[in-house]
Formats: sequence, structure tokens, C-alpha cells
Amino acid sequence: MSEAFTTSTARNIFYGGTLFFLLVFLALTYQTEQSIPARDKREMLADAKVVAGKKIWETNNCIGCHTLLGEGAYFAPELGNVVKRLGSEEAVKAFIKSRPPEGVPGRRSMPQFNFTDQQLDEIAAFLKYVSEINTAKWPPNIQG
Amino acid sequence: MQYQSQAVAKPYFIAAIALFVAQILFGLIMGLQYVVGDFLFPYIPFNVARMVHTNALIVWLLMGFMGAAYYLIPEESETELYSPKLALAMFWIFLVAAGLTVVGYLTVPYARLAAMTGNDLLPTMGREFLEQPTITKLGIVVVALAFLFNLTMTVLKGRKTAVNTVLLIGLWGLAVLFLFSFVNPHNVVRDKFYWWWVVHLWVEGVWELILGSILAFVLIKVTGVDREVIEKWLYVIITLTLVTGILGTGHHYYWIGTPEYWQLIGSIFSALEPIPFFAMTLFAFNMVNRRRREHPNKAATLWALGTGVMAFLGAGVWGFLHTLSPVNYYTHGTQITAAHGHMAFYGAYVMANITMISYAMPILRGRAANSNRSQVAEMWGFWLMTISIVFITLFLTAAGILQVWLQRVSDSPLPFMVAQENVSLFYWMREWTGVIFLIGLLVYIWSFFIPGEGKAAA
Repeated sequence: MSEAFTTSTARNIFYGGTLFFLLVFLALTYQTEQSIPARDKREMLADAKVVAGKKIWETNNCIGCHTLLGEGAYFAPELGNVVKRLGSEEAVKAFIKSRPPEGVPGRRSMPQFNFTDQQLDEIAAFLKYVSEINTAKWPPNIQG
Repeated sequence: MQYQSQAVAKPYFIAAIALFVAQILFGLIMGLQYVVGDFLFPYIPFNVARMVHTNALIVWLLMGFMGAAYYLIPEESETELYSPKLALAMFWIFLVAAGLTVVGYLTVPYARLAAMTGNDLLPTMGREFLEQPTITKLGIVVVALAFLFNLTMTVLKGRKTAVNTVLLIGLWGLAVLFLFSFVNPHNVVRDKFYWWWVVHLWVEGVWELILGSILAFVLIKVTGVDREVIEKWLYVIITLTLVTGILGTGHHYYWIGTPEYWQLIGSIFSALEPIPFFAMTLFAFNMVNRRRREHPNKAATLWALGTGVMAFLGAGVWGFLHTLSPVNYYTHGTQITAAHGHMAFYGAYVMANITMISYAMPILRGRAANSNRSQVAEMWGFWLMTISIVFITLFLTAAGILQVWLQRVSDSPLPFMVAQENVSLFYWMREWTGVIFLIGLLVYIWSFFIPGEGKAAA
């Protein structure tokens, strides 16, 4: 690199460039916060079941096998649209309930979590909420 | 070594390598569960193996960074570490906390672990990579603060160089961004949005500063090239990193409910993210070509060059492969993502850590470099692991392309599980390649035990 371009020039460009793009990022974050209420179905969070369902989702580490809106592990199906894929919240609950405790020989199987009916309602309400979020038409089809 | 207190790096490096072994063993368990679905079910379900695999990776990389910092900072600052005792105390606290967390994952159901550790008071668990109990997270914050206090005090009383300044900025950034792991809104869109402030801004932001400064330090030592030249390169690389990487966060904001302009911003800036990695490759090769001395530690030089190449391939090329939003629409959350993740983490952060360990460990053991036999074994470890990760990545990419086709593109899209069975051949090939990776790791570890009759350290 040329002599005119010194280490202190490089350092100043680093600080200036970083600060500039950090401020742009913060501005875009602000803009995002302003505009997402139209997309994120936050009104559904008024239902305590949805909030409780998210906690069940977290404390059973569902993301350790599944994806949710494409993020998570890639071992088990996408669940952002599972209510639509299986047809109803009832079908989702029936699936979770039906998992054999000892698994399926030779195959991947979801553990049996022994959820109560109320917990199942809460999980289903949470997944229903996620399925309503405007995700720019992702996933490409119902298979997730 | 030049300063007695650099010795605190040694236990960090040893623990890092031990956790690396745990990471790979659990990786093999998961890889087998991909094709033999009931392997170890229900005792170690996939999600538990995955938590151990990813958390062990994160913790060992952090351990390695800490060891690297404790080695590098005194030498760059030309002064003893502010408090070696504090550094050792933090080592044991960190190791025990990490160990207890893994025991918790393996012995009690996750929901009970959450209840036992007070997740109700401050729910932070159950989000990818941030699965640690809230008390573990608080422990990480305490360790990080003590660590940063110790290093900052050292630099303040000593010489300030570009290398130790950039390292400190990276480490402070790491700690500050980790605080977002305590942000867990009920709103899934906002939860995901800020979750990336930890995950993306770590690995495609501040961690690259740590990587850059480690690489710069080792290159100064092994090549003897003027510090002025290397420091200029370092600033150019990290400028490119943050200029592209901060707005590059947008490539995670395509499909999670965030506004659609992120598709444009994320595509443009993340398409530029390979540039800093390419600069890093040029940097490493240029400096080695312009070397003014033949350092006896050939293995460390090999790791440094390998970091440049593999970080560019894994983070740069394989990242670019699926970063444009029209492509990502089809590849999001598939094995393509897994393929990229494996080579990027290995190429950038695993190799950077091993570069530092390879350079510093012989010196910590009282010699400039290991014996020739030991270095040959280490290089075998290098090639076995590096070639294995290339093939693991290629097999996962093949699985991913087929998965995208079968599940998302073809005229009659298949359900997820059916598509998975169709690509199982590639999962088998990945698993066997993983076994070779483990052999490479064992060869690498074996190289530490080959007697070193190398030259005494200066």
C-alpha cells in the first residue's frame, strides 16, 4: 500500500466508517420498530395463551430440532406454518399428544412431553399467532 | 515467553481443546441421529446433543479467545498482566459453570432445568445458541467483565498498539452485544430481530476484529514483517468487516416479519461481506511471502494461511451462495445453511484459535517451536480436519440443494421428512467424513505429546 495511505489514515477510516454504518443501522432499527406493528400481529399477544405458549416453546427447546420462520435446527419440520399445514390447531395438538414415548424404531421421532390440555392449547395458540405474521410470502409452499 | 503472566493462557488453551473434543463427539451423535433417527432416543434427544455441540463450540472458542488475549495483551503492551490471579480465578469459574451447564443439559429435561435455574424470573432460555440457563448467562457476564477489566487495566498501563486496541474493541463489543441475550420480547418478530444482535453481530462483526488481531499478532511474530505494514492491513480488513457486516445483518431480516426493504439492504451489504475475508487471505499470503525470517514454527504459519483461505471459502463464498434474498427465499433454513455454518466456523474461528494455540503453546512450554516430528503430526491434523470439513460442507450442500428441490421447487413438493429420507445418502457421507475429522483432531492432540527437542525459546 502506498506511503500516502498511513496507518493512522486507515485507523480514522475504520472509526469513521464504523460509526457511520452503526448510526445507519440504528436508524433502520428505529424505522423497523415503527413499521412492524402492521406486520407482526402483536394484537394477538393480548391473549395470555399466546404468551404462555411462547414460554412453553422456549422451555422445551423446540428450536433445538425445528425451525420457526426458517431459524433453528434443521432436524424436524418448519413450524411457522404448521397450523396451516396440518389444517387446524386441533390437528397440531393431536400430533404432539400422539408421540410414542420410546420413539419409532430406526426413525426420528418427537419426544413425548406429556403436556396438559391447557399447555397444548397454549402451544397451539402460539403457533397460530406465528402463522399469522407477515413473512413476505415465505416459505415458498405449504411444506415449509 | 517474555512475560511471566502470559502463562495464564495455558489452562485456557487446554480447556478449549478438551471442549473441542466434546463438541465433535456430540456432532457425531447428531450426525448419526440424522440417519438412524432413534439413536440414543429418548436418553439424548437430538436437541440435547445439538445444544452440547453448539454450546461447547461457543464456549471453547471464547476460552480460546480469552487465552489468546491473555497471551497477546502483555506482549503487545510490554507489561505484565494486571492480575494473573484474577485471570486464573475466572478460568475456573468459567470452566465449572460451563461443565455444570452441560451436565444440566444431559441429566435433566430442559423444562426442568429451566424451572430449577429460575428461568421464570428472567426468561432467556430456549433460543438457538442462547439455550444456557439465565444464571449461566449471568455468570458469563461476570467472567467477561472481570476479564475485560483485567485486560483493559493492562493495556492502560502499557504500550497501545493497533493489535491490542483492535482486540480490546472486539472483546468489549462481544461483551456488550451479549447483553442482548437478556432481551426476550413476547413478540416473536422483535425477539428474532434482537436475537441477531448477539448472533450475527458476534460472528460477522466483533469476532472478526478478534480474529484479525490474533492473525496480525501471529503474522508479526512468524514473518518479522514491519508492524506498520501489518497494522495498516488490520485496519483495512476490520473497516471492510464492519462496513459490510453491520448492515449485512439485514440478510437475516428477509422472512421474519420485518419490512421488505431489508431484502435490498441485506442483499447488497452481505454480498460485500466476502471482501474482508478475501483481504484476509491476501494479507496472510502477502505477509508470509514477504517474511524476513524463517520462524521454526512451520505449523503455526500453516494454520495462519489456512485461516485466510478457509475463512474466505466458508464465511465468504459459502455465505454469498445463499445470501441474496431471491436465492435465500428457497434456501432459508435448509442444509445449505448448515453447510455454510460448518465451514465458516471452522475456517474463521476454529482455525484462528488453533493458529494462536499453535504459535503460543510451544513457547508456554519453554521452546520456540515443537520438534519436527511433532510439527509433522500437527500438520497431519491440519490436513485431515481441513479436508474433512471441506467434504462435510460439500455433502451438506448436496443434501441442501436436493432438499430445496424436493421440498420447495419441484412440481409436487414433498413433506419435510420424506425429503429428508431422500437425501440420507449424503448424511451418511457427512457422518463418515465426520469420523475422519475426529481422527484428525486426535492426531492434532497427539502432536502435543510428541517429545519436543526443538530450540529453546528466545
